Amino acid sequence: MDSALIPKGVKRCSLGKFTLVIAVAGAVLLWGVYAMLLCWIKGLNQTNMNNYYGFALWIWADLAVIALGGGAFFTGFLKYIVGKDELKHIINYAVLIGFICYSSALLILAIDIGQPLRGWFIFWHANIHSMLTEVAFCLTCYFGVLTIEYVPLVLENRQLNKVPFFHNLAHNMHGIMAVFAATGAFLSFFHQGSLGGVAGVLFGRPFGYREGVFAWPWTFFLFTWSAAAYGPSFTLMCTKILEKASGKQLVKDNVVDLLAKISGWMILTYIIAKIADTIYWALVTAPSKGHTLMDFYSNNPVYGIWILVLEIVIGGIIPAIILVTPRTRRNGYLRMAAIILGVIGVCANRWVMVLQVMAVPVMPFDFWAMYYPSWQEVATTILPVAYGIILIALSYRYLPIFPQEPELNPVD
Amino acid sequence: MKKAVDHTKPKRYGMVIDLDKCTGCGACMVACFAENNIPFKKDESEKLLSITWMRVYKLSNKKKYPDTDICYLPRPCMHCEGHEGHSPCVSVCPATVTDYSTETGIVSQIYTRCFGCRYCMAACPYHARYFNWWDPIWPKGMEKMLSPDVSVRMRGVVEKCSFCYHRYQRAKDKAYVEGRPDIEEEEYQTACTQACPARAITFGDLNNPKHKVYELKQDPHAFRLLERLGTNPKVYYVSSREWVRKSGDNYLRHEEPGHIETKH
Amino acid sequence: MFPGFFEWIWDGGHMLFMGALWYALGIIGLGLTYCIFKAAIETAQGKGKGHGEEHH
Repeated sequence: MDSALIPKGVKRCSLGKFTLVIAVAGAVLLWGVYAMLLCWIKGLNQTNMNNYYGFALWIWADLAVIALGGGAFFTGFLKYIVGKDELKHIINYAVLIGFICYSSALLILAIDIGQPLRGWFIFWHANIHSMLTEVAFCLTCYFGVLTIEYVPLVLENRQLNKVPFFHNLAHNMHGIMAVFAATGAFLSFFHQGSLGGVAGVLFGRPFGYREGVFAWPWTFFLFTWSAAAYGPSFTLMCTKILEKASGKQLVKDNVVDLLAKISGWMILTYIIAKIADTIYWALVTAPSKGHTLMDFYSNNPVYGIWILVLEIVIGGIIPAIILVTPRTRRNGYLRMAAIILGVIGVCANRWVMVLQVMAVPVMPFDFWAMYYPSWQEVATTILPVAYGIILIALSYRYLPIFPQEPELNPVD
Repeated sequence: MKKAVDHTKPKRYGMVIDLDKCTGCGACMVACFAENNIPFKKDESEKLLSITWMRVYKLSNKKKYPDTDICYLPRPCMHCEGHEGHSPCVSVCPATVTDYSTETGIVSQIYTRCFGCRYCMAACPYHARYFNWWDPIWPKGMEKMLSPDVSVRMRGVVEKCSFCYHRYQRAKDKAYVEGRPDIEEEEYQTACTQACPARAITFGDLNNPKHKVYELKQDPHAFRLLERLGTNPKVYYVSSREWVRKSGDNYLRHEEPGHIETKH
Repeated sequence: MFPGFFEWIWDGGHMLFMGALWYALGIIGLGLTYCIFKAAIETAQGKGKGHGEEHH
């Protein structure tokens, strides 16, 4: 029924089956929208946040989703600036994932603030010394860049491309995409970094605080690095999921191998830097404030050394070794296992740097602030996942996301 | 709008609280609630959701009977100066809502500008900042009894102790009308200071040798909470008990209060 | 956000931060404007017809 919209040279499932997928994801989306509206209409008392624990589950999701969406800027940087031309076969999907991730992040922020209608004050009354200001500006601008990168893809829909203006516009945008990619990489460097800076500048919270260079704590650079490292892994994970769902190979092995190799080396170099930073913080910074390492990992029901091991060993060292070693990287199962562990690792890092910071007591007579999310928080956190599934489903069905798909799956 | 030129010396308003006198009665908390139109819900049993600009903590030396000892510690906002005016909360606010005044040493808050990101709450190690999770609902008739000098806050904004700044403004206005350039110590006192039946709280200009706090802060048993973090708070505590002084900061096993090597 | 509004001061921090921001926004804006105008001119010249089946 909608075959006129489907790209030439590829096959898609029946419209009925497709509608079912959209309906199921849509139901989850609606649940999330309901929770979102409750938060906007009734206020943040719908969550389990309190005056000791002011950051919710969705803030972790916000940071995680921005880190994972880092595949967009880094793949763009590798393709357009460094010149890794093979990545042109996966860059469209990376951009789509990035678009979903960043639009979700902005939505979450709109829900999280106490006065959403005043959200524009962060631009109008900007305190340029605040890390969060830098986050807001660069996030918004980079989302603009992602939209600019996604629009030509939409305009390449079979029917839209017939309109001469749309065709010419898409063609011209592709022509100067390197300019947008470079600007996007510049903006990403800063907002990924300043998200790390959000925790790193808190000199009142020894668990999060890091020394650094000039105004930038070391977490600034570590966050940018980890986003560039783990983002491509997430792109590969999403590619695998879509391949499983569609029953087709969408990208050639050499492209996957290249991106996995780059991701592996980035993770390896990142984790070495992270270990060095953790050691310095544990042996110098924290003791200068009167804390030992175990102060942050004991006397509470949840946070133990296990989370440090999860983040650095299971989520860092192991996937790095698997991905940099050609033999293990070329084994599909090991590669996917490494990618999944990497995604878990970066999510654990974002949890630690935002949510564990809030839990750790600072005044000696104070207590650990334990927290569990309310259903409204869970629903609004799952909302971006449902939205992502819907947008990926729509884009995959109607847009030429994967240039190698017709070659890998010839249609009679 | 041009500010009127103030030719008086800059002040650093602060407090000295004698923990050996505090009985934990909570009169300071109640006075603060009344003075500053602090909102409350029907059910205030969930303490972590309560707004308590002034909050009394109960400390214990954690020893067994007969050596058990407790101490009550009133905690207002510390009005941290940080390093050259960089309070932990002021530095992080993305919308310039909170500001450190070099004239009074008070950290202010613009409620109508705050959009409730709660970053300042994350930055404050003293948990002195509170969020309005609900809109205030005053019991019928109470809206007529609200303090007229203090604006009521709405849902979604952060608030904190202001050292009763409206009383400073009132005292300044009175002094101006009377042709005096400066205000007297007793003309500007916070509600909690005046309410304390044990006179445990002393408030004044830490820079002014004529004010009581100037001398009290130099007591060898005076300490500030979490001094090692570099927040430079303006609330001093005094106690003759060493365990109480040691409870004011984090120390490694081999460290003694007052004998710390500080890097900065 | 703009010079002269509210807390804007001409110090190094503002000039660096806002300078970099407006520079990046300028590049994006100019690039987009160029694409749109060029596409409009090319469409007027009759380019782009009959290309419905191509994709990148």
